[in-house]
Amino acid sequence: MVKVAIFPPNSLILADLIERKGHESLALQKAVRKKVIDPEIDSPPMNISEEDPIKGLKYAAIEVPSGVRGRMSIIGPLIDEAEAAIIIDKAPFGFGCIGCARTNELSTFYMRKRGVPTLELIYPNNRDETIDMVNKINTFLDGLNNKEE
Amino acid sequence: MVKIALVSCGTEYSGIQKEIEKAANTFGGEIVIPEIDLPYIDESYKKFGFSAESSSLRLTIARAMAIVEGRIQVDAVFIATCFRCAEGALVRNEVRRFIQENTRIPVVTYSFTERTKADELFIRMEALTTTVARKSILAREKQEGLTLGIDSGSTTTKVVLMEKNEIIGTGWTATKDIMGSVEIGAKEAFNETGYSMDDLDGIGTTGYGRLTIGKKFNAELIQEELSVNAKGAVYLAKHQSGEATVLDIGGMDNKVITVNDGIPDNFTMGGICAGASGRFLDMTARRLDVDIKDLGPLAMKGDYRNTLLNSYCIVFGIQDLVTTLAAGGSKEDVAAAACHSVAEQVYEQQLQEIDIREPLIQVGGTSLISGLIKAVGETLGGIDIIVPEYSQYIGAVGAALLVSGMGKRQK
Repeated sequence: MVKVAIFPPNSLILADLIERKGHESLALQKAVRKKVIDPEIDSPPMNISEEDPIKGLKYAAIEVPSGVRGRMSIIGPLIDEAEAAIIIDKAPFGFGCIGCARTNELSTFYMRKRGVPTLELIYPNNRDETIDMVNKINTFLDGLNNKEE
Repeated sequence: MVKIALVSCGTEYSGIQKEIEKAANTFGGEIVIPEIDLPYIDESYKKFGFSAESSSLRLTIARAMAIVEGRIQVDAVFIATCFRCAEGALVRNEVRRFIQENTRIPVVTYSFTERTKADELFIRMEALTTTVARKSILAREKQEGLTLGIDSGSTTTKVVLMEKNEIIGTGWTATKDIMGSVEIGAKEAFNETGYSMDDLDGIGTTGYGRLTIGKKFNAELIQEELSVNAKGAVYLAKHQSGEATVLDIGGMDNKVITVNDGIPDNFTMGGICAGASGRFLDMTARRLDVDIKDLGPLAMKGDYRNTLLNSYCIVFGIQDLVTTLAAGGSKEDVAAAACHSVAEQVYEQQLQEIDIREPLIQVGGTSLISGLIKAVGETLGGIDIIVPEYSQYIGAVGAALLVSGMGKRQK
């Protein structure tokens, strides 16, 4: 089983494809869930508190807006854990979105910089391209199994 | 001429290109802009992995890549992007790391506004050119002869007299009239040593008033405080070989310098906000009606968590501390909160921009405030911090050390 970081980091479709192949998806929802169920923090809706954007300083300088750093405080540690990554570029909102172009740039940069096996694809526009994308993802995930062996 | 590559975005449209060049020229530097062709831009930013929307930032990345790949030979790099541009700040930081991780070229970063003038950049450019062009001076490890070091800081003036690699006299006074303060400091330093100005082999000056004092005394060394403090710190900490980080939280600005074998190879310099400086602690001490020397021990007994400090600002932060005191909060907790606030802000604004190398040598007048040392240690997760003896005289010691061997007054 390989830990796979994804972009968009909250894509349910990508997370599902990864889990089906027996790997662990490093999806944003899991990290947010941990925060939301923590009874110690009371900062709805996502329990992101003042401390989180400060933690994000590990990934972005103080001059970078707090929203980017707050997002990176959750996404950054997921990328740090990644043993592989899948990046889908130019995806529509419905496929997954964290609502910030700067975070997109920084998180994909960190995924690439990590130097783990990374699959980068453009979001498909028709049925054939969709089938092709899913096939490529499955092949990539199968390849991770082979590397493990 | 020290060739300084300008890796930037927005300097031309902000109208500050000329100011950058002026600052570099003042200290024997020459700004060069890495020339690259269009296909290389696309190739570089894709290789770098940061898909910047702004094409000027893609160009910035490509220029950095050209330096790392050796397509252009430069001695130093000045990275600058517009203040408040988030994408610029992201690229600036990543490009800085990229150059530092892949070369030994010194790098300085800066975020500018249209009001940025050459003199704001002087200290950075001077330190950058010193690191490159005056390495031989910085290599000095032992003081010789009888030398005087003068550090004319924004808040205090420090004077140190050294002989045969020992500090034999020190002087410390508040900076008021520049030359008057030096006279008071020098008198203290010479006191009971039996020496006078006429016996000196050399004089070194640093700090904000270095040029005025240097001219007046015809000093052999007039040097910005980044190089001098770094040298003084590793000398006093007896850590002249290997790596270290020097932190100087000053009265008006802060310096973080990384050194390798006693020679600075990177630094950041703050100075935008008084709330992150020694001034904040000075104001807190006054408000608590305690001597600044007692603020540290007081803070050691307190817990910053018991004080509601909502602002880092020297005005509103102090107001918060006053509110805590009015509500019956303890002086100890308020002192601890002030130390924690300065440490946290120095971390947020500066320390995270530099790759901290242990040990951290904390110097300058604020290094005598034990509560601040504790707060810096806590903020950095329990890092090893050294506060050497005479740490408050750091600039003066560095100047007295570096000028030895240069002065020929007795010949």
